Amino acid sequence: MNHLLSIDDLDRAALDELHALAESFLEVTGREIPKVPALRGKVVVSLFYEDSTRTRLSFETAAKRLSADVMTFAVGSSSVKKGESLRDTIQTIAAMGIDAVVVRHPSAGAAHQLARWVDASVVNAGDGRHEHPTQALLDTLTIRRHRGPAIDGLRVAIVGDVRNSRVARSDVKALALLGAEVTLVAPDTLLPPSLAGWPCTATHDLESVLGDVDVLMLLRIQRERAAEASFPSLREFTARWGLTVDRAARLAPGTLVMHPGPMNRGVEIAPEVADGPRSLIAEQVHNGVAIRMAVLWKLLSGGSGGGMVA
Amino acid sequence: MAGSRPGGRRGAPPESSTTQVPTPTPDPGDGGRFVFRTRVLSAADLRRAHTRIAHEIVERNHGPAGLVLVGLHTRGPAIAARIAAAIASFEDVEVPVGSLDVAFYRDDIGRRPVAPAGPTEIPVDVTDRVVVIVDDVLQTGRTARAALDALTELGRPRAVQLAVLVDRGHRELPIRADYVGKNLPTGYAEDVRVRLTDTDGVEDGIELWGPAGDDYADADADDGPGPVGDPPGGDAGDGNGGPR
Repeated sequence: MNHLLSIDDLDRAALDELHALAESFLEVTGREIPKVPALRGKVVVSLFYEDSTRTRLSFETAAKRLSADVMTFAVGSSSVKKGESLRDTIQTIAAMGIDAVVVRHPSAGAAHQLARWVDASVVNAGDGRHEHPTQALLDTLTIRRHRGPAIDGLRVAIVGDVRNSRVARSDVKALALLGAEVTLVAPDTLLPPSLAGWPCTATHDLESVLGDVDVLMLLRIQRERAAEASFPSLREFTARWGLTVDRAARLAPGTLVMHPGPMNRGVEIAPEVADGPRSLIAEQVHNGVAIRMAVLWKLLSGGSGGGMVA
Repeated sequence: MAGSRPGGRRGAPPESSTTQVPTPTPDPGDGGRFVFRTRVLSAADLRRAHTRIAHEIVERNHGPAGLVLVGLHTRGPAIAARIAAAIASFEDVEVPVGSLDVAFYRDDIGRRPVAPAGPTEIPVDVTDRVVVIVDDVLQTGRTARAALDALTELGRPRAVQLAVLVDRGHRELPIRADYVGKNLPTGYAEDVRVRLTDTDGVEDGIELWGPAGDDYADADADDGPGPVGDPPGGDAGDGNGGPR
């Protein structure tokens, strides 16, 4: 594994391995000194062309807990402002000697393109509406930590702005890889134009799935991608597809509520539900650091050959 | 994977072999690079070694108080549990047993694939305790070094000691074991395999394997499983134990 660009890069065994590694790193992050020397001397660059709080900090924390050096590229104060292209930017950074690039970009395929331009390992931290593989890895890890490692047959509903969501796309693939049954729940205007190739079903009716799902994953209304043009008003969206206190009360007992963040409180999820006992939102963030440690370790610790050492 | 082992090659051990239980355990993962040569310790031998090491640990530390046994994955935790059981049988004290994974502390990360082998779980705070690191085979000393680093991040033990079932020589670092089940001079190209029911699902024992297709010019490594007086030298890389 040289890059992590898409969940498609992983098979079931690779996904299981990353989850097992993340368990090891969860133990590390629970220590008094939550740091191991594993990637000493490696350089990880975070290259974020879009705003981010949790993903960027999560990757940087992960790299630092592995003792890698972190270079943070802030687009707003860089030569990108002078018109430098993505290719020139990455080649300039690569010339300084780097081992991995964590990239977020508004264009789908940007991470794939970078992987063709540099020798370093590329981790896709979100490319447009395409994919956000580490989010799917942490979501599935969080579910497995609650429901046990075998989640085949688990019923998962992904609710809200599916069309604009790279999280949904990666989550559907990862959940399908683990055998879960995924239902997308959204108005027609927020579903992808075609579900061909999506291993899941779709419905417009949140009420009909409330009582019989094991996991309810909510998505953020992507206001920066003009999602609001897809329905009459936020209030109407909330009335039909938001997880209100009333709807949360009708979930089956034990149903897990997840949200990749950042939340529009009061739109796709009521604040009382987000902060309530079913919510795994804080745990998702916590697990995110461990899964990113696992990904960076897997990409950067590899050696060739299979020597034996006693 | 086990099926690929060429069983016929085990005719190779020389005449002096004193093998009593010539039952090589098929081993996955070496691609048939090794063939069984001899069984060095039987299950009964291993049990006696555990018992002796248990006595030595308690004697050296003037009793079992303040001890914690920390096994290194994969076989260390099982060996540590046996030593603890032996201590419990004659001291009537349960010495705490933990496990330690050293993958993230190794010095060969990036040179070969390294993967964590199990959880790090130590039930007590190691600070101010005597920690006995337990592993199956001591060779280069690099695993023990990594274990010292890993342990240091968990606390500040009063002392750290090292117990191993087999010391096979070829040290690359200034590390020695405090408690040794058996000193076993080996050729560098040979392989020492510890088998435990808990981790390997077969009868306990320690086996010596040699490289396949090699007629064993370095035959002095094959003096048999008899007692060996002095510890193997640190003559790394020259192929075998040499005269002692």
